[in-house]
Amino acid sequence: MALLEVKNLHVRVEDREILHGLSLTVNKGEVHAIMGPNGSGKSTLSHVIAGKPGYEVTSGEILFKGEDLLDMSPDERAAKGVFLAFQYPVEIPGVATMTFLRTALNAQRKARGESEFSTPDFLKKVREVAKSLNIPQDMLKRGVNVGFSGGEKKRNEILQMALFEPAVCILDEMDSGLDIDALRIAADGVNALRSSDRAMVVITHYQRLLNYIVPDFVHVMSRGRVVKSGDKQLALELEASGYAQFEDAA
Amino acid sequence: MNLALAKTDTVRSSDILARARDRLPGTGKVAEARGRAFEIFEREGLPHRRLEDWKYTDLRALMREALPLAAAPAAAALERAEKAIVALKTANSCRLVLVDGVLAPALSDLAAHEAGVRVRTLREVLEGGSADLLDNGAASGAMIALNAAMATDGVVIDIADGTVLTKTLHIVHVAARASAGAYTRSSLTLGKAARATLLESFVAADGAQSYQVNDAIAVRLGQGAELEHVRLMADGADAANVTTAIFTVDANARLTTFNLTSGGALSRYQGYVTFAGEGAEVNANGVNLLNGRQHADTTLFLDHAVPNCTSREIFRAVIDDRGHSVFQGRIIVRPDAQKTDAKMMTRALLLSDEAEADNKPELEIFADDVTCGHGATTGALDESLLFYLRARGLSEKEAQALLIQAFVGEAIESIASEALRELAMSAARRWLAAKG
Repeated sequence: MALLEVKNLHVRVEDREILHGLSLTVNKGEVHAIMGPNGSGKSTLSHVIAGKPGYEVTSGEILFKGEDLLDMSPDERAAKGVFLAFQYPVEIPGVATMTFLRTALNAQRKARGESEFSTPDFLKKVREVAKSLNIPQDMLKRGVNVGFSGGEKKRNEILQMALFEPAVCILDEMDSGLDIDALRIAADGVNALRSSDRAMVVITHYQRLLNYIVPDFVHVMSRGRVVKSGDKQLALELEASGYAQFEDAA
Repeated sequence: MNLALAKTDTVRSSDILARARDRLPGTGKVAEARGRAFEIFEREGLPHRRLEDWKYTDLRALMREALPLAAAPAAAALERAEKAIVALKTANSCRLVLVDGVLAPALSDLAAHEAGVRVRTLREVLEGGSADLLDNGAASGAMIALNAAMATDGVVIDIADGTVLTKTLHIVHVAARASAGAYTRSSLTLGKAARATLLESFVAADGAQSYQVNDAIAVRLGQGAELEHVRLMADGADAANVTTAIFTVDANARLTTFNLTSGGALSRYQGYVTFAGEGAEVNANGVNLLNGRQHADTTLFLDHAVPNCTSREIFRAVIDDRGHSVFQGRIIVRPDAQKTDAKMMTRALLLSDEAEADNKPELEIFADDVTCGHGATTGALDESLLFYLRARGLSEKEAQALLIQAFVGEAIESIASEALRELAMSAARRWLAAKG
């Protein structure tokens, strides 16, 4: 059974259809890159998978381990193992990062019928992961993402990914706003989480990110559907020729 | 028609002093002071919306009448009160418990005071013949006048110069009564460079119903004194609470005062702060947590009467259902009060379409070399923050609760004592859990 299966998905925002019959199959252990020009519907796809309100699915389905994902609330999806790394992680003043991480992790564990982490176990785990991502301890004491640089916000997303151990990670434009050093740290963090049990969907506008996170499959999106799929060579071709050919094809 | 009804109510209220007279402590000057105060109440009646300071809280419509004095608590009432305050026990505190407006020695730590602290009851001070404690200082109006007329008991605490208390003074108001009022008045005086922490709790015992509280407290900080004051109002769901707090802050003193209202059907907390000496600093903060049809009014008057003082006000309201929160903040900067630094920020969070928040900042500045500012916002929870939290596994309720805690935390953080801060935060958490 596929881990994540998007079948003929049609999605509308207010009166406009954004996705016109998108299909995508992701198996365990695979890394998929989704590329495409601005406005092709890449972020809409990531939002609909995570369950963001404001999108209307008019037809099609999304199955996660064979279950209907669209029937679940965002928190149920998270507990099942769906993780969205946000393009623009929000700042939450007054909620300490540590409090947030513990509340979220325990909420997911509780929803799965697992025991909650004890405070010492939790702290140990967070410190280990934070260290590997070069996240200083004082960042964890601050409000969630408050005063974080672009790179710090992205690293905080990867920290959560490492902590929650999701089955599928959707990385929405992880490279936006990052300089080359910050990008390398973030990509190293993601690569460390690649495993035969986990799949990743890397959404990006630029080929550059894929030099660091090398995908197994590359899909090109244009005007709300996948117009071409291939291996990592496809990303290099795109880099050379641009998206224009697909705009015409779509 | 409505006017005629209001008039009748006022007339009905007017015999409550006569009926209570033989139970009110003090004769001579004290009785005369009560009589004068009651004349003010009789003349003005319950405050109503045509008075600017009561524009949003019309007691004639919301309270209808001032209830007669509650009977002194009988043994059964004291037992219920004792059960109600078990959960309020805080470590390292000295507890003074008033049940239905009367000090309950058996529930209070009367013998456990630290050196330099003197505790008396209002009753014994008034019986001793001094009417000074019935003086209303900066406060005025019918409700504080009614309090002076009817004050039955309270605690009178004096802290000697230089005394630094290690225990929290905890005044607990427990209601065990039904359809009756308690009229209490307390006083706390800190000598020069004295330091103390004062906690006040208002709670209902089992069986308490449709009761009223009219409380007053006069707090004086001597030169260089420091006080942290936390008030947690968790009165019964059908209770009315009108409290007047009168603070006088002398030179270089520091006052932090925090009020959290989560109980009562109707409440008004009016605080008067007067700067009496230069170099003083005041933080006056508060939180209203309301649901159902609760109406809570926090009104603060800060009088910068002297130069070189600093004041900060942070107020937060969270309102669900058809709740109605009122915040009025008046800052007066007198002509001589140069170098005043006064800031006030109030924010309201509306959780339902029918919730209402009224914010009325008023700055009256008569000096020219001052820094004064105020801000007010009203809004709903941010959807993008809610989605982020839900995408991380928090249920809708958990996500809301976390954001609401952060919102009120901005005011609660000002409490320096960790134990008291945690008490305020747990009151907020209890409210969130009960809200459903």
